[in-house]
Amino acid sequence: MVDAAHPRGPKPRRRLSRGNIMLYGTLIVVAMYYALPLYVMIVTSLKGMPEIRMGNVFSPPVEITFQPWVKAWSEACTGINCDGLSRGFWNSVQILIPSVFLSIIIASINGYALANWRFKGADVFFTILILGAFIPYQVMLYPIVIILREMGLYGSLWGLVLVHTVFGMPILTLLFRNYFSAIPEELFKAARVDGAGFWGIYFRIMLPMSLPIFVVAMILQVTGIWNDFLFGVIYTRPEIYPMTVQLNNIVNSVQGVKEYNVNMAATLLTGLVPLTIYFVSGKLFVRGIAAGAVKG
Amino acid sequence: MKTFSKLLTTAAFLTAGATHATELEVTHWWTSGGEAAAVTEFANAFNATGNTWIDGAIAGSGGTARPIIISRILGGDPMGATQLNHGRQAEELVEAGLMLDLTDIATEGDWANVVNPTSLLDACTLDGKIYCVPVNIHSWQWIWLSNKAYADAGVNTPTNWDEFVAAAPALEAAGKVPLAMGQQPWQSNGAFGVMAIAIGGQDLWNKINVDKDSDAAAGPEMAKVFEAAVTAREMAANSRVQDWNQATNMVITGEAGGQIMGDWAQGEFQIAGQTAGEEYECLPGLGVNEVISTGGDAFYFPKSDDPDITAAQKELAKLMISQEVQVAFNLKKGSLPVRGDIDLSSANDCMKKGLEILAAGNVMLSGDEVLSADTQGQIEDLMVEFWNDPSYSAADAQAAYAAIIADAD
Amino acid sequence: MATSSGTSKRPVRLLRNLNAKIASIPMVATALVIFIGCTAWTILYSFTDSKLLPRLNFVGFEQYDRLWGTRRWLVSIENLAWYGVCSLVLTLVIGFTLAALLDRKVRFENTFRTILLYPFALSFIVTGLVWQWILNPDFGVQQVVRNWGWEGFTFDPLYNPDIVIFGILIAGIWQGSGLIMVIMLAGLRGIDEDIWKAARVDGIPTWKTYVVVIIPMMRPVFVTALVLIASGIVKVYDLVVAQTSGGPGIASEVPAKYVYDKMFASQNLAQGFAASTMMLVSVIIILIPWAYLEFGGKKRG
Repeated sequence: MVDAAHPRGPKPRRRLSRGNIMLYGTLIVVAMYYALPLYVMIVTSLKGMPEIRMGNVFSPPVEITFQPWVKAWSEACTGINCDGLSRGFWNSVQILIPSVFLSIIIASINGYALANWRFKGADVFFTILILGAFIPYQVMLYPIVIILREMGLYGSLWGLVLVHTVFGMPILTLLFRNYFSAIPEELFKAARVDGAGFWGIYFRIMLPMSLPIFVVAMILQVTGIWNDFLFGVIYTRPEIYPMTVQLNNIVNSVQGVKEYNVNMAATLLTGLVPLTIYFVSGKLFVRGIAAGAVKG
Repeated sequence: MKTFSKLLTTAAFLTAGATHATELEVTHWWTSGGEAAAVTEFANAFNATGNTWIDGAIAGSGGTARPIIISRILGGDPMGATQLNHGRQAEELVEAGLMLDLTDIATEGDWANVVNPTSLLDACTLDGKIYCVPVNIHSWQWIWLSNKAYADAGVNTPTNWDEFVAAAPALEAAGKVPLAMGQQPWQSNGAFGVMAIAIGGQDLWNKINVDKDSDAAAGPEMAKVFEAAVTAREMAANSRVQDWNQATNMVITGEAGGQIMGDWAQGEFQIAGQTAGEEYECLPGLGVNEVISTGGDAFYFPKSDDPDITAAQKELAKLMISQEVQVAFNLKKGSLPVRGDIDLSSANDCMKKGLEILAAGNVMLSGDEVLSADTQGQIEDLMVEFWNDPSYSAADAQAAYAAIIADAD
Repeated sequence: MATSSGTSKRPVRLLRNLNAKIASIPMVATALVIFIGCTAWTILYSFTDSKLLPRLNFVGFEQYDRLWGTRRWLVSIENLAWYGVCSLVLTLVIGFTLAALLDRKVRFENTFRTILLYPFALSFIVTGLVWQWILNPDFGVQQVVRNWGWEGFTFDPLYNPDIVIFGILIAGIWQGSGLIMVIMLAGLRGIDEDIWKAARVDGIPTWKTYVVVIIPMMRPVFVTALVLIASGIVKVYDLVVAQTSGGPGIASEVPAKYVYDKMFASQNLAQGFAASTMMLVSVIIILIPWAYLEFGGKKRG
């Protein structure tokens, strides 16, 4: 396959066959269902409050106003500070980058060791890890506070990064383990014959072939960490509170009437970072397939 | 891995050295319009002393804020001061020696004599020492009525609970909701408590809640309260809002006849530009039994090794209870001051009614002061189910209620 | 197995495969300290009467007695069962179907994929809020359909205690199925082109190729998806809080919310720990046999 950046499903035969119409028809209907709430959010965020109270949720705005967006970003109040979401934005970025990076690196190495270098007892730990994914994390709040305190990391950025790494580990490790297991064993054996070791195979063979799964892992982590509220407030100090603290305060503090338009604008603004990453990573995702076709 | 742990230790060092002597972080969950304005009064007064108020507001009341507050204290990195409902909620933190003893400044400021009613200070006291500063009095025993709703329905605005019940059919005929109720458990529980005091009387309430007398809870007097609650449930059947202030808003717009809610509701009327006696009426004790419970908010000060912080904490404690700050804060908050020796001539009619009842000594303990949070939680679970499920009979609910009281600690 | 091929020489046992062991230290530490350690801690304290702060004052099975005598807990369990089964089946089916459709050399794949995935980027708080609106009988879907002339149309899942959990399900699936679709898509992309060619040569119909050949090959992907969905189900909390706060009444309460409310709102840590221990026990009863088969006993081949 020269043109490897393409899907591998069965090839549809003609352009305008009945199957094709069905296919695109289904996709478009489904896409509309998925997009409906987004439409509602955007439309609402552009309406004034009187208009929201009058009309139904689906009607387009009569008078478009950007005031809710301005308010959500720079004016909405949290207690006595009235500087909106802008306050926590950089903090969230500071938390996001090391947390995503570290959790993915560690989980991918774990997954690699589990898939290709199994040692005695590894499966036991892995099973415990998977069961850990099912524990409601609220239960572990206090013990982790105590652990972090003993490590001297409580209240610091690195304490939070560690917490995100730990809680991301079960799913991410599973993800990588399963992906690496599916890579043909001949590749691995050939590399061993060539004298490559643990790290050599990881960096030279596994990494380049794993773009799609790295993208999936990144999607999971970016979203989870960016939208996290509880860990962010419990394990850090107010100086590094993430943006979601403001989002929570905007959405949950009701001043007279609920300002739905500001709530919606605030959500969309908060969602912009993960959304942008999804959009950009879509291309990487496809390119990942090209990289995956090395052996072809 | 090595570099990682190195990074970790460096980060720990950096954060350890980052505290400043006179900066005091204050955690609270006052984020609605009136509440934030009231907190600003505290912050301004504190900043004026040369210290700095670092605001740590967390929206979402006790359920969201409490784990954060407790974690910070357990983690050895506490805030300078924090809001908590006084009463039984903070007992354990005090017993564990995590809170600053304020007895010396309380003696200096003669709190024992200026705080009125004295039960507020009792709630802050453990083994003769004082650990918190009461800042306001909130009482639940109010019903708020919309003059517009009743005018639209062509009936007079009721002056007590019986008239309120009698007027309900007229309101429904006019397409209005007689009783606005939010769906949150604490609202169901609060409204029930108000009815219990108004209809069952104060003695019955004390027997059940203070003495934990489950026979009284299962008795015929209490049965009347549950019957009344069934009537109230029918009147609120068409109220479909969640938050308390959305329900208040129904009264403000005349969509609903009335709402049983604490005195913090008047902040909402104030923001909407309405005046008591004109657009709305307020009846303490549902117009039947005029008492108010004296719950309220208090601030606690976690212990610190840093003498500068301790000094700033004491400074803040003194300020919060000082005459000027009490007046400024409570006018914004819509609550009653904790001192008997100040003049609130600028208070509105409803607040004045409350102050009169307070001066006459018609006060009682609040649920926070007599029941543990756990028991309250169980009653909330029961009440929210009872208010929302029309098939839940008064007798069944009463039996469940008596069982909870029997187990209460 | 790749490592069992390390038959060449036999150094000291502990040193064999040393790099892999070093690389697994974070995993082992997490498993032991966080998951085992914290779970043991939780179980231990569930036998105490801890209120606001953890304390070791043992009261036997009192917390468990009370738990199973509480209506709210029983309702929560029932809701979780309904929500869990529906959510698991629907998310898997929808996720796989959409991935298969997108894998058929669709134009604008990028756009479609982004549309299906974006709900995942939004926080539960607001997902709940938006769906609360759309499902609101007075200005949401019900009203729109009525305006079209169908006056008797009734669709108010969030206000009907009998079906409220399905109202939450609608939002949950909307939010989570995109991610499962992406994972399935990553799995489909890992399938060898030759398989399709062979199937075509043999004249096997497309749908049958998926069911008989592709899905069995994607077993690990399904396992990932299953763990991801199931752990999300057990922990469902924010969505319920945002959409209904457990209402009407207690009709949409879920176990995780019970745990959280008891621990922090009611200040009864031990009761919350007891509830979460029960959650964990049921998860273990379901998962251990399966996990043993999946990750333990058999060798990959």
